[in-house]
Amino acid sequence: MSLNATLLIQMTVFAVVVLFSMKFIWPMIMEAIEERNKSISDGLAAAEQGQKKLSEAETEVNALIKEAKQQASTILDQANTRASGIVESAKSEGTSEREKIISTAHDEAQQELTKLRESLRKEVAGLAISGAEKILTREIKPSDHKEMLDKLADKL
Amino acid sequence: MRLNFINKLLLSLVALFSIGNATAAEGTGCFGPTKEKEFTANEYISHHLSHCTVDSPLGPIHADSVFYAVFMAFLFLFVFYRFAKKASAGVPSKGQSFIEMIIEFVDEQVKDTYHGSSKLIAPLSLTIFIWVFLMNFMDLLPVDMLPKAGEMMGIKYMRVVPSADLNITFGLSITVFLLILYYSIKIKGVVGFAKELAFQPFGKAMLPFNLLLKVIEEIAKPISLGLRLFGNLYAGELIFMIIAIFTAGGGVMYLLDLGVLPLAIGQFILGLIWALFHLIIILLQAFIFMMLTIVYLSMAHEDH
Repeated sequence: MSLNATLLIQMTVFAVVVLFSMKFIWPMIMEAIEERNKSISDGLAAAEQGQKKLSEAETEVNALIKEAKQQASTILDQANTRASGIVESAKSEGTSEREKIISTAHDEAQQELTKLRESLRKEVAGLAISGAEKILTREIKPSDHKEMLDKLADKL
Repeated sequence: MRLNFINKLLLSLVALFSIGNATAAEGTGCFGPTKEKEFTANEYISHHLSHCTVDSPLGPIHADSVFYAVFMAFLFLFVFYRFAKKASAGVPSKGQSFIEMIIEFVDEQVKDTYHGSSKLIAPLSLTIFIWVFLMNFMDLLPVDMLPKAGEMMGIKYMRVVPSADLNITFGLSITVFLLILYYSIKIKGVVGFAKELAFQPFGKAMLPFNLLLKVIEEIAKPISLGLRLFGNLYAGELIFMIIAIFTAGGGVMYLLDLGVLPLAIGQFILGLIWALFHLIIILLQAFIFMMLTIVYLSMAHEDH
């Protein structure tokens, strides 16, 4: 229970231990802690930055989508107008075509009719003549009465 | 001294219950056989309070205190150095996290109080905190374990708690005191420090009184630091010894003896209760020593 040389030894040991921990322990561990703190705070900042960029990109994307939608609807409108125009023009073309075909057919039919009527008339005339011939074979010579018969045929 | 008084009071209390009427004189020396005859309670205590003292050119040295203090210092340096060498900024291992937790705790205490630029204060505080805690922790080992082992190797006396030795606690507190003086002079200059001692707190007219007050204030710092730690640990150790009187150091060996078994159980229960209380004390004392060191050193840095 008395103070003696142990005190001096303890003071020396204490000084050595403190110097050692000051040189080789404290700075190394502190450095690791600070470095980790820094990397964590950097990471957090980067995450925040990313979040910000993400929201920015989102608004940009939204604007783009809106624009695209608008464009699409304009294009759709144009296409609709165009389509109805095409349908309209096709309709009118068809109508005119139809009329043309009909009139052509009409003309052809008319011609056919005329032709038929001509041949019919000739046949009737032939029949009439042959009938008359049978009746008048003796009295009328075809060569003598040809002029008169042609006139008759023309009249029929 | 108050502590001596407590010591004597406890010893005389013990003597009241002891059968013999031996004196409480502490033994000296270190090596040699322990006497074969059974101890009285009084002899048991004084035997346990005797240091293993060896002579040196500087005078007697408490070899046991020095050994355990140095051993604990090595333990501290070894563990912390191992983690310091491997310390990386990556994901820390559990051990590294634990060490970093302690370091950050100490760093926080230092930064809260001390605002100077010295690179010494923080590692100094860490050293004090851990080292003092480890030295205090020796108190939780069964009182007879290491001394009995020592006896078998021919060491007559052994005290295993270095911080229950005044030399060790004053060794710490006087070193801190020298640092207080060093920083006071370094920051304020010799003249500034002398002025602070002479002219505060009552102005130039009261110079002698100021000087007396200041010198006492400064000297009280290492004395209170050293005595506080010593007193707590010495008292704690003594109480463990008194509890151990139940079986007078027989400890576990008496568990087989039915006649003494109740005593052994009583010793175990009381020892357990006191150990649980003491666990708080040893941590608290280490923390207080560290905090006061930080406070004193930051006071030394303050220029008025």
